[in-house]
Amino acid sequence: MAEIKPIKFSDDALALSHKIMKRYPEGKQKSAILPVLHLAQAEFGGWLSAPVMDYVASLLSIQPVEVYEVASFYSMYNLKPVGKCVIEVCRTGPCWLMGAEDLVKFIEKKLNIKEGQTTADGMFTLKTVECLASCGTAPMMQIGEAYHENLTFEKCSGILDEYKAKGENVSHWRKERITNHSDIKQ
Amino acid sequence: MGRQLLINDLDKEGIATLAGYKANGGYAALEKALKMKPEEVVSEVQKSGLRGRGGAGFPTGMKWSFIAKPPGVPRYLVCNADESEPGTFKDRYLMQRKPHILIEGMIISSFALGANTSYIYIRGEMMYQFHILEKAIQEAYDAGYLGKNILGTGYDLDLYVHCGAGAYICGEETGLIESLEGKRGNPRIKPPFPAVKGVWQCPTVVNNVETLAAVVPIINMTGDEYAKIGIGKSTGTKLISASGHINKPGVYEIELGVPVEEFIYSDVYCGGIKNGKKMKAVVAGGSSVPILPTELILKTAKGEPRLMSYESLNDGGFISGTMLGSGGFIVMDEDTSVVKNLWNFTRFYHHESCGQCSPCREGTGWMEKILHKFLDGHATVKDIDLLWDIQSKIDSRTICPLGEAAAWPVASTIRHFRSEFEEYINKGEGFKDVKHYFRVNNLQPA
Repeated sequence: MAEIKPIKFSDDALALSHKIMKRYPEGKQKSAILPVLHLAQAEFGGWLSAPVMDYVASLLSIQPVEVYEVASFYSMYNLKPVGKCVIEVCRTGPCWLMGAEDLVKFIEKKLNIKEGQTTADGMFTLKTVECLASCGTAPMMQIGEAYHENLTFEKCSGILDEYKAKGENVSHWRKERITNHSDIKQ
Repeated sequence: MGRQLLINDLDKEGIATLAGYKANGGYAALEKALKMKPEEVVSEVQKSGLRGRGGAGFPTGMKWSFIAKPPGVPRYLVCNADESEPGTFKDRYLMQRKPHILIEGMIISSFALGANTSYIYIRGEMMYQFHILEKAIQEAYDAGYLGKNILGTGYDLDLYVHCGAGAYICGEETGLIESLEGKRGNPRIKPPFPAVKGVWQCPTVVNNVETLAAVVPIINMTGDEYAKIGIGKSTGTKLISASGHINKPGVYEIELGVPVEEFIYSDVYCGGIKNGKKMKAVVAGGSSVPILPTELILKTAKGEPRLMSYESLNDGGFISGTMLGSGGFIVMDEDTSVVKNLWNFTRFYHHESCGQCSPCREGTGWMEKILHKFLDGHATVKDIDLLWDIQSKIDSRTICPLGEAAAWPVASTIRHFRSEFEEYINKGEGFKDVKHYFRVNNLQPA
């Protein structure tokens, strides 16, 4: 039987979440919900399960439903398991003008998945997202923190191959950044 | 190229760091402002004629003057860095390259408003810029520009970055406030306005990144001098995000009043249309503003040259004009299908509607479905009328301006490009699955 890991932040993430909570006035710790959910997503495999959301609720001393209603509103939170690396292709306005539709089709063919799906090896999930404020460098895609801009099929293909070769988990809030926050004054 | 006040020194070494920023005159405005009285700072901003750079163009000094000052109640300044209007990418550009101008502008503005805690609400997607700001804020604390007793003046300020998580609606100031409180970003009914009851029910001012950055040159040069730049009530400089079918997409800082024709065709700015094509249409201020065909973007209905200013772009109202908006300038060439572009925008608004108000929640989805009928070749003439009817019933009937933002592109595309809708109807399924960038007139059946 697989070992069931208790849901708990690493020491770094726990310390950071407490620091984030202190950024808001006494009694307004609910405000920390968005950043703490980002952290949770980075800590627990790129998505938010119900037990993870319950854990975040307990950290913030709020009701689980308050976390669910927030997590389901914002597009960056994945409520289902995703691949190690989520590809987010902008499909709005200027990116569409510059060929985002063709780019999505290209990625679908290359990875043999449809938009919203995850590759069989669990490496990639393909999402289309709304304007990422990178219209002057369209078409573009975001993977984790990084924007990949002025894409051509060839460039896009090379980038995906690199991520695949590394085989690492990539999240919006990169774990190695977490320690960089330790100096932020409160 | 006219005067540049915000991005003039991006090529200077280390401008993203405190040392590099200071070496190029940074934080001089803060030292000056802290020797003034808060109301004198407000007065300088009022004299400058600065208008909100996020899209609405409301006079900043006037917005500041509305802030309520009940004794014992904290006031807050919140920077709106939730840049999500399709076509707009100037704030991300500025924060990445020159974070300290935003921080300096925020300290001065917080001082003017009497706020002791301020927040930068940045899009969750912009994690990279989030970390840049965190680092820059740390530098500012270390230098004594933030924290207790700033520069020995007795003024205290804490500044934090707060990240969103993907929701266009949080760019609307009351949606942003709800989100900052840790809730869904549902906009609030106004009044009460944020200046009276904002975040945590305390008086709050929400200003765009570029607006707050512009406070720095205003203090440096005085409001009166700033007001001399630009044209009429469009004072100062504006960052324009240029995208689409142009040779040189990017962020440009213009003196308000540059002719639109010069902006599009001059090599100093957009450098003309890509691949030697002709221009078909322009969305001048982000996806929400009315689209204009070439003849109306270059010249007003009266035949005067159209200028990049709040007033000139608005000349002709919604019949023949548009808006400067956020400065998201999207250019489309002759091969673009404006009907498919409209479908793309409408799909966006449907996706981003928070769902509170039924005209927007239901109307955006309904319009998206009808536009899909056009693309699939199943639309009839009645569908044009139906689209018109739906948009007119969303406009001005919602809590927040997302309703208008969704309605205006539909109204303006029908108004200026009705014949293209009719072409889609006449060609029927012949248009199905055809690439968007083929001019519809020249399309061969698929």
